[in-house]
Amino acid sequence: MHATTLTLPALQAAQSPRRLDAATSEPRWVRWSLIGVALSFLALFLFVPLALVFVEALKKGVGVYVAAITDADALSAVKLTLLAAGIAVPLNLVFGLAAAWVIAKFDFRGKNVLLTLIDLPFSVSPVISGLIYVLVFGLQGWFGEWLRDHDARVIFALPGIVLATVFVTFPFVARELIPLMQAQGTEQEEAARVLGANGWQILRRVTLPNVRWALLYGVILCNARAMGEFGAVSVVSGHIRGQTNTMPLHIEILYNEYQFAAAFAVASLLAGLALVTLVLKFVVERRLHAEVES
Amino acid sequence: MSLSRVLLKRHSVLPGFDLALGFTLLYLSFIVLIPLAAAFLKTATLTWPTFWGTVTSPRVLASYRLTFGASLAAALVNALFGLLVAWVLVRYQFPAKRVIDALVDLPFALPTAVAGIALTALYSGNGWIGRFLPFKVSFTPSGVFVALTFIGLPFVVRTVQPVLEDLHKELEEAAATLGATRAQTIVRVILPILAPALLTGFALAFARALGEYGSVIFIAGNMPMVSEITPLLIITKLEQYDYAGATAIAVVMLMAAFVLLLSINGLQAWTRARQGR
Repeated sequence: MHATTLTLPALQAAQSPRRLDAATSEPRWVRWSLIGVALSFLALFLFVPLALVFVEALKKGVGVYVAAITDADALSAVKLTLLAAGIAVPLNLVFGLAAAWVIAKFDFRGKNVLLTLIDLPFSVSPVISGLIYVLVFGLQGWFGEWLRDHDARVIFALPGIVLATVFVTFPFVARELIPLMQAQGTEQEEAARVLGANGWQILRRVTLPNVRWALLYGVILCNARAMGEFGAVSVVSGHIRGQTNTMPLHIEILYNEYQFAAAFAVASLLAGLALVTLVLKFVVERRLHAEVES
Repeated sequence: MSLSRVLLKRHSVLPGFDLALGFTLLYLSFIVLIPLAAAFLKTATLTWPTFWGTVTSPRVLASYRLTFGASLAAALVNALFGLLVAWVLVRYQFPAKRVIDALVDLPFALPTAVAGIALTALYSGNGWIGRFLPFKVSFTPSGVFVALTFIGLPFVVRTVQPVLEDLHKELEEAAATLGATRAQTIVRVILPILAPALLTGFALAFARALGEYGSVIFIAGNMPMVSEITPLLIITKLEQYDYAGATAIAVVMLMAAFVLLLSINGLQAWTRARQGR
């Protein structure tokens, strides 16, 4: 019989693929215990807190829930949050594009310093992000008296809230665009240039279509953080009910007044936003992946 | 004189360098650099003894101990469990894996105030989890630890995961062929490859925890000397119109953050070098 003269290891491998597998994987019981421990950890710290927000929000019934989110102060908080994010996100979008254009398409002195400086806001505590604007624009600050004399307010008003939001979301768009645009190189833009396109045409027709998913990804993350920012906005807002309270600040006030159901009702709106963000992020990530692969 | 003539290392046919760099620098200066400089200049108005007295007063020292200690503990727990979660997500198959993978980013997307009130309710004496624990979590320093673990959770997972995905199975097969047991392969082959990414994730989680405010203040109870974090102390000083004092403490925190930022940059360079990119 010829089969028996086959080399022994090859035969063993053919007969028991499990043997080979055992060398690069763990026994079944180890696998399932590890999965169990990992999922319990995630449940304890992620899933259960998320579920609790919705359960607590509806605990006192739909009536209380609806009343809480249609309350005049809540609505004004929603409006302010949308307004602040609506200003801050486009600003950081334009900045992200400009920064990514210079960093990815040109070779210049000081590029690494610039990259580090763009990331700087991520390492600053939100509280300090608010504090620095108080030092510049607050009554005791550099421009405090000038602003008072001209009847303009930055701190305890919309401009301060926008500034603090811009600061904490500063690197989001730039960070997503820079690595992708670096990887894409400059050939397509150079070709467009040679064919006679001007700068804006290159940006609109060549660069933007190439980076659209990364751009969207950056905007989604930027927006989530902008709408949810608490610490920085808390320092500059002044907590004037119905005027300078954003949604997270409104939640804090309700919570401190022991209106737990109402606090969780408003919180559930933001938790819903977080879930939408994650879904969008998932979809865009797959698009981005598909594009990078192809 | 244009920026391009001074700074460009290589001539480029592409337009817009002056305009884009000019705008980038202007925006960066107005939003980030000048306001941050304000913090350092404000502190410079203090005499050295006043500054030192402020940033080393007993209440402030207690807040450093809590902030750094709880951040360190949370980052360590996240390093351990983050590695495990990344491993399980990359190597094993189980139901709802993709949904769970996507949900790992929840702490990035969920506003800190929402996380704060949810964790407080969950871990309080009569909360869903708190009632089963033999010790108090909400309104104690361990509450600070819980909140910081939550917000730092995705960092380790998301830094380790891509490295683990790129890891060639051949390495493990080679180790097994050479007679290594599975445990030896994991400890001597896989872990050293993951180490830079794991350290980076740990440092990122630690840095994020140091400055965290929103999720902590709800659960901490905020008792001076016991469960008061440093960022809260900055706010307290601000509310008492002690701008110089608030800024002095802020400058100490900023210095710590900058040192961490530089270490993280170094660690990331190391990760890339290890991956041969």
